[in-house]
Amino acid sequence: MSRQGTRLDTKTVNSELFTLTYGALVTQLMKDYTNVEDVNKQLERMGYNIGIRLIEDFLARTGSGRCYDFKDTAEKIQMGFRLFLGVTPTITNWSAANDEFSLQFESNPLTEFVELPDHCLNLKYANVLTGVIRGACEMVQMEVTSWFAQDQLKGDSVTELRVKFIKRLEDAIPAGED
Amino acid sequence: MADEVMFEFLHAEIISHVVSSNENEKKTGDLSSLEYLGFSTGYRIIERLTKEWPRFKDELETMKFICTDFWSSINKKQIDNLRTNHQGVYVLQDNAFRFLTRLSAGRQYLDKAPRYVAFTCGLIRGALSNLGINCMVTAEVQTMPACKFHIQVQRT
Repeated sequence: MSRQGTRLDTKTVNSELFTLTYGALVTQLMKDYTNVEDVNKQLERMGYNIGIRLIEDFLARTGSGRCYDFKDTAEKIQMGFRLFLGVTPTITNWSAANDEFSLQFESNPLTEFVELPDHCLNLKYANVLTGVIRGACEMVQMEVTSWFAQDQLKGDSVTELRVKFIKRLEDAIPAGED
Repeated sequence: MADEVMFEFLHAEIISHVVSSNENEKKTGDLSSLEYLGFSTGYRIIERLTKEWPRFKDELETMKFICTDFWSSINKKQIDNLRTNHQGVYVLQDNAFRFLTRLSAGRQYLDKAPRYVAFTCGLIRGALSNLGINCMVTAEVQTMPACKFHIQVQRT
């Protein structure tokens, strides 16, 4: 898609705009809440809200159908990252029961310009991602949980996001309806 | 590279966070933290975007850069009208502002419009501020989804 009237690279501008806006948001949340845990929780909640909307976009763009097993799901989550964040994490460290895996990132667009000061070591900077995964999976009847096992911002060599399958959600009928 | 849709969702979440935390503190209608979020983003991004650029000759040229290149790359369209009185007041008109096009075009949500333009006001103010222009940016929405941004340069 070419857009007239700009000498800037639209894709870079928008990607950086996203990264920097996210940074500004985290800074604001750090001011709003005294407790770092509350910041992590709020980021997760915002991610959840994004996830439940983002899944529609994902389905519309990829036209993908049902997942046959959790491995299939892992690949779709990986595809989601490629589509929306432009990074392809590696899927590794499957648990024996095949209900838990890791996504390893060599780079993360969210943390591109970030250094964590010493007093922020409990902050899960990219925690919005765990919320996005939870929200998106919930909308396709799957309850999962995820957390950061390693984080480059805290000195680890890679960023590792662990995803665990909890259960399949059955269609719930709203109370009071047959 | 992050997709555009991510920014739109994030923007919506930020608004909802700011609005709901204002309601808790009984400060309904206060959008200053939203504007400030935009300001700090604009201040940072413009430094990265213009680092390879020659220095802008004067205020008008800087303004043109903001209204053409910067504006069209973040808002997906060119500005529809740019006017100035040559005394430090610039009016940017967008007939279909990015964050308002998703809302009903009637009058029903007109009172909610300010929260969808506050971030962009801050973004412009931050960008100009880092380029050496102190200004005040306000927005005016009369009919959705059109929006007018007034930039008033503060000369001291």
